[in-house]
Amino acid sequence: MEEIKLRAENLNLYFGKKQILKNVSIAFPKNQVTALIGPSGCGKSTLLRSFNRMHDLSPDAKIEGKLFLENLDLYDKKNSVTDIRKRIGMVFQKPNPLPKSIFENLSYALNIHNYPKHSIPNLIEAALKESFLWDEVKDELKKPAVKLSGGQQQRLCIARTVVLRPEVILMDEPCSALDPLSTKKIEELIEKLKENFTIVIVTHNMQQAQRISNKVAFMYLGEIIEFDTCDTIFKNPKNELTQRYIGGHFG
Amino acid sequence: MNSRTREKIDSLLKLIFKGAGFLTITLLAGIFFLLFSNSILFFLDVSPLDFFTGSQWDPDTHFSIIPLLVSTFWVAIGSMLLAVPLGVLTAAYLSEMAPRSLQTVLKPIIEMLAAIPSVAIGFLGIVLVGPGLAQLFGIQNGLNALNGSVLLAVMALPTIVSISEDAINAVPKSHREASFALGANKWETLFKVTIPAAFPGLIAAVMLGLGRALGETMTVLMATGNSAAIPRGFLDSVRTITATIAIEMGEVPYQTTHYFALFAIAGLLFLITMVINLTGEFFANRLRKFDA
Repeated sequence: MEEIKLRAENLNLYFGKKQILKNVSIAFPKNQVTALIGPSGCGKSTLLRSFNRMHDLSPDAKIEGKLFLENLDLYDKKNSVTDIRKRIGMVFQKPNPLPKSIFENLSYALNIHNYPKHSIPNLIEAALKESFLWDEVKDELKKPAVKLSGGQQQRLCIARTVVLRPEVILMDEPCSALDPLSTKKIEELIEKLKENFTIVIVTHNMQQAQRISNKVAFMYLGEIIEFDTCDTIFKNPKNELTQRYIGGHFG
Repeated sequence: MNSRTREKIDSLLKLIFKGAGFLTITLLAGIFFLLFSNSILFFLDVSPLDFFTGSQWDPDTHFSIIPLLVSTFWVAIGSMLLAVPLGVLTAAYLSEMAPRSLQTVLKPIIEMLAAIPSVAIGFLGIVLVGPGLAQLFGIQNGLNALNGSVLLAVMALPTIVSISEDAINAVPKSHREASFALGANKWETLFKVTIPAAFPGLIAAVMLGLGRALGETMTVLMATGNSAAIPRGFLDSVRTITATIAIEMGEVPYQTTHYFALFAIAGLLFLITMVINLTGEFFANRLRKFDA
């Protein structure tokens, strides 16, 4: 029996009057990669962003239902949102390094969470190694992060997330702005990261989902249509909608 | 109307627009020429050394810009010390914290401050702020540098708030998201990410505000006491370059050293504000590039 790390129960989400997520219940297993697929506008990113409470930033978002990290109720007012975001990291669609140096991009979060000063350089080195970036940047940590290539920037953003040792990493189409080679590197990285982290990834790329994920959820119009192992979804889908989407009949 | 006539109208309009453009440039060049040719005539009479090192402005004998220059900067720097923190924090509040409804009401109101005539602000300085300061510090005369600084701060605020707000708004949302996603709170995001990223724009705001404060005439003329001596503190009366020109130009005999001296100090003020405005524009342009 696999261990569940992150789950949603009867989640409804509205932007103003428009309902984006409809009664979504899903559970993500620990130390696995779960991919969310589905056509644009089906609510994949919205679902992803509700786990680290990014919707708190939009005043017209309304959430019903329950979300849990193990037994922690993510939307309970008693729980600290900054603490939740430290435990559930996020990598965005477009690489978004802060306008600071490579080093500062990683030390920023460590400083905020009061890591002791002397431990910071070592943590940063470890995170950069873990993100396959150390060899490329070890001699120029003071360089502005925006000077890196797109793929390097995205690996820096992953390193920046990894350095806080979160339990879950949410990835919102992390390769959609990258070239095929950088994409390959990130996929290898994800394969490695799942040993230590639980990963939920939104992707538009069906081959990518097939290559990297253990489980796949197909979403359509704000609902989870089918959620199963990667093999079942791609080789033997039960739902007709899933079949048609996998087959490329709509998108 | 046939096509030929319509094309003729085109070339006529071209001529008119060209004329308007050249007229404007000629006027500016003319002002520039007038200021500097008269300044040169001044320096034929008085050595630049005396002008820049003396300590007295006495239109019969001594023409040193130092008391006026020090007064000008004293008042202007004081106004920036008040207006910059207030303006940047207001801008940050408007852009990052205020609910949208409040934001749409407050920003135009603050920008409307710029529409208050400077003579009205000077008037407030005489009847309200000056006496208030006198009482607060227990001094006889409230018409001093501090009074001028307070009033100029009020006048520079709309510029500073408006440009700072644009600068903070122009910081991409993805920077803030990155910061929030790492577990930073609003405060940390604002001071460690958003404001540093908006920094060029904030410099532009400060420079343009400072340019405004240095060039302002009526308010400081009315509210700072008009004593052309080097001030020793914010509670001394001062007389800025602008006020000096406004006071003395009306009575000075034509084509005397004193007359030329007023052109010289105007020329210097022009150079200073030009450098400051160009610096401001330079940073404002960098902001636009950053935005794109």
